Amino acid sequence: MKILVCMKQVPQKDAPLKLNESGTWIREDVSYEVNEPDAYALEEALRQKEKHGGEVVVITSGPARAQQVLREALAKGADRAIHLEDDAFVGLDALNTARAFAAAIKDEQFDLIFTGLQSDDYGFAQTGVILAELLGWPHATIIMQIEKNDTGIRVKRELEAGFFQFVNMPLPAVLTIQSGINKLRYATLIGIKQAKNKPMRKVALADVQSALTPNLQKIERLYVPQKTKKTETLDGPPAEIAKKLVDKLRNELRIL
Amino acid sequence: MATTVPPKTRIPGCSFLIEDRRPDEIFTPEDFSEQHRLIAQTADDFCNNEIVPNAEKMEHKDYSISRDLLKKAAELGLSTVDIPEAYGGLEMDKVTSCLIADRIAKYAGFATTWGAHTGIGTLPLVFFGNEQQKQKYLPKIAAGEIVGAYALSEATSGSDALNCRARAQLSPDGKHYLLNGEKMWITNAAFADLFTVFAKIDGEKFTAFLVEKNFPGLSVGKEEHKLGIRGSSTCPLVLNDCQVPVENVLGEIGRGHIIAFNILNVGRFKLGASAVGGARNAVDQTIAYAKQRRAFEKPISDFGLIREKLANQAVGIYVGESIVYRTVGMMDSVLSEIDKSAADAMTQARKGIEEYAVECSIVKVWASEMLDYVVDEFVQVYAGYGFVEEYPAERAYRDARINRIFEGTNEINRLIITGFVLKRALSGQLALLPAIKRVMDEVMSGPSMSEEAESPLAAERAIVANAKKLGLLIAGAASQKYMQALVDQQEIVGALADMIIEAYAMESCLLRTQKLVATHGETAAKLPIAMTQIYLTQGMEKIEAAAKKVTAAVAEGDMLRTQLAIVRRLAKFEPFNTIALRQLVAQRLIETGKYGIV
Ligand SMILES: Cc1cc2nc3c(=O)[nH]c(=O)nc-3n(C[C@H](O)[C@H](O)[C@H](O)COP(=O)(O)OP(=O)(O)OC[C@H]3O[C@@H](n4cnc5c(N)ncnc54)[C@H](O)[C@@H]3O)c2cc1C
Ligand SMILES: Cc1cc2nc3c(=O)[nH]c(=O)nc-3n(C[C@H](O)[C@H](O)[C@H](O)COP(=O)(O)OP(=O)(O)OC[C@H]3O[C@@H](n4cnc5c(N)ncnc54)[C@H](O)[C@@H]3O)c2cc1C
Repeated sequence: MKILVCMKQVPQKDAPLKLNESGTWIREDVSYEVNEPDAYALEEALRQKEKHGGEVVVITSGPARAQQVLREALAKGADRAIHLEDDAFVGLDALNTARAFAAAIKDEQFDLIFTGLQSDDYGFAQTGVILAELLGWPHATIIMQIEKNDTGIRVKRELEAGFFQFVNMPLPAVLTIQSGINKLRYATLIGIKQAKNKPMRKVALADVQSALTPNLQKIERLYVPQKTKKTETLDGPPAEIAKKLVDKLRNELRIL
Repeated sequence: MATTVPPKTRIPGCSFLIEDRRPDEIFTPEDFSEQHRLIAQTADDFCNNEIVPNAEKMEHKDYSISRDLLKKAAELGLSTVDIPEAYGGLEMDKVTSCLIADRIAKYAGFATTWGAHTGIGTLPLVFFGNEQQKQKYLPKIAAGEIVGAYALSEATSGSDALNCRARAQLSPDGKHYLLNGEKMWITNAAFADLFTVFAKIDGEKFTAFLVEKNFPGLSVGKEEHKLGIRGSSTCPLVLNDCQVPVENVLGEIGRGHIIAFNILNVGRFKLGASAVGGARNAVDQTIAYAKQRRAFEKPISDFGLIREKLANQAVGIYVGESIVYRTVGMMDSVLSEIDKSAADAMTQARKGIEEYAVECSIVKVWASEMLDYVVDEFVQVYAGYGFVEEYPAERAYRDARINRIFEGTNEINRLIITGFVLKRALSGQLALLPAIKRVMDEVMSGPSMSEEAESPLAAERAIVANAKKLGLLIAGAASQKYMQALVDQQEIVGALADMIIEAYAMESCLLRTQKLVATHGETAAKLPIAMTQIYLTQGMEKIEAAAKKVTAAVAEGDMLRTQLAIVRRLAKFEPFNTIALRQLVAQRLIETGKYGIV
């Protein structure tokens, strides 16, 4: 099976975030890491390859720093990487990101495309689904398990309240992968050493520009919510406090 | 040497004393390659997921876990960076080696086990083993199947290890050496498979032997009950007519001291890296606690006296990283030039490392003392909770202490620092005397016009330059008074060592910051600049104190007064507002919740 894994570099989970000057996104001077569900998607792809053979290719869009995500994937065992490299990719909405990916892989033939369920930064949960639509492929979301069968694959989806759904799908298909479904491997040092010599194809913004349209979704303003909680302590004997409380609830807050 | 892109210049050992370096000539943590960062990440993940959750079990001497983790670390490649490819290793640079030691240091118990196995337990074989010995043992060590240990110290000779009592005698059939004696404090002894044991053949020729645990006559004594690093094994080793095949003599007969000394150099810079990693972990926990502990209706991280501690801890790590990676960066640029196929490649590598023996000792002393300061404040900020076992500060405090004792006590390392510098000067390898003369001429000609400094960090550079001048001047005054007998004046030798150590630390810190300013600009480097100004203030205070102490011992009367005036002049600078600087550093630490320089 030939599998493409879409991976995104996102700010580290515990990184303190600061707004940029225009108040539309965060400042760049934070530490980054692989988007968590994407790491599980990669792990799943590597396991599928170990079982069925084939190739694992990883793709990302983002500035030069995003290459780290691809190198890490190569070190863990991906065969090659595609980097859509430009600062402008950071600001694309899910539709345009999917368009850029579709354009970048138009000459490839994948059996499966994995994305993470959603990204830890924007949290759209859209890119994979839209990519399937653009390619005209079936898709399934929140995948926990994948088994290959004679007609294609059988996948397990997570529903709510402890329910699951099993779906039979033909190939090729797009799957968005849930976090925690397998145990992530480490990048071994030998893997890291070898990753340097694995192919990394660079795609410039200009190469995919014709596929893009102005963003349909735009962040107008980003702000930190103001703390509005106010605490007031009522003193006095219990009976008096109770009286004051009822008075406040009735006359000030009008909830009684 | 695959990874570092080393600075072009080949920098002679000790030359920092007499020459100035440009920032682009030194290696700093900001120069880590993508590959370095990935490897650090793997080491970090391994430590967090595998080591730290098992710490408690190892504290209670479950060595099956230690062995298991050594195996896993080997499989990931974390233990084989210093082993040649031909024997199953990865053969990478020393920066990588230090990065791993740094990241694994979160739990000192296992870090000691791992450090002894990959360092003193493996390197004697790497550097001094013959082809057969390497073929026989190294691939298994690389695979984590056999664990190494190093048995040099004895109950009556630790620092004075060459004066050991263990004896070796050739058996009548000439096939074995029979070893007799007792070794003490041997790390990993309870479960190691291969020991590098030092003994004197016929009571004279100090020699190293490769001793397998199953050789008849070898037994391991009882575990020591230790103050710290309880997760590591430390036992005596008893040699009772222990039969060692003659082919297991390591290196040349009678030249065991070459092995002992060289292995220590590597041990020292790695101990430095490990101390920095341990300190970083302590600081991160100190910050987290200070943020959530409330007293007087505020988080204690609001209090200036707590902020001061946090800032000082962070400065310690910043400077520690600077000296460790500057030192190994210099080494890597020398090592990267060695033709690995050359017959004497290993000898060249050993000499390449030995070139920086003084820097290695500086790193060892400075980083171990920094770590002790950091864990002390770790306990202090935790206060009552810092003193009890359920909280992390208590163990960190105990674990740190050993670093000033092993790999050469800090006293021995201070003697080495000054001793080696003087030796190099006398042999003409280091142009120390001309440099001293230059400084003397300069100061005698009176105060120079201090050029009004426009360029960034000019004032800081002047401080470092003066620190180095003070070191040279005082070394000159001391040598003039005592000549060759200076080495017997230990207090003076120690004070000179302190000046040399501080000068290296101050300069390394400043050069790193200059490099940061050059690449990111002054605004982005605000934090490193603050940490540098804090450290230079502190460093210069120590240097001035040491200078006065020595001056008072070597001069009297008018001479003393003249010299003290010079000391004061060189040590003088317009003070930085270190209160505000520490507030700035602490504020950032509290915001980000962990050590960092942005
Ligand atoms: C936990 C632990 C693990 C260890 N692991 C190993 C190991 O794996 N292999 C191994 O071979 N050894 C090991 N050691 C031994 C360690 O290297 C020695 O303890 C150390 O070298 C100091 O020797 P000593 O204890 O005999 O102290 P001593 O040499 O007796 O020193 C006592 C004091 O005198 C000072 N002193 C000694 N000589 C001088 C001098 N000339 N001038 C001024 N001051 C001096 C010292 O600095 C020290 O403060 C370990 C020790 C410990 C505690
Ligand atoms: C072995 C032991 C025995 C003890 N015995 C007794 C006993 O018999 N009886 C008893 O009552 N108590 C006892 N104590 C408690 C001891 O007195 C407290 O631990 C101590 O007063 C510190 O309080 P704390 O641990 O809550 O630290 P905290 O008050 O939380 O302090 C944490 C840190 O913040 C600093 N800090 C706090 N407030 C400020 C401020 N305003 N400005 C600047 N810095 C500040 C502290 O100096 C410390 O570094 C004992 C503790 C231990 C460990």
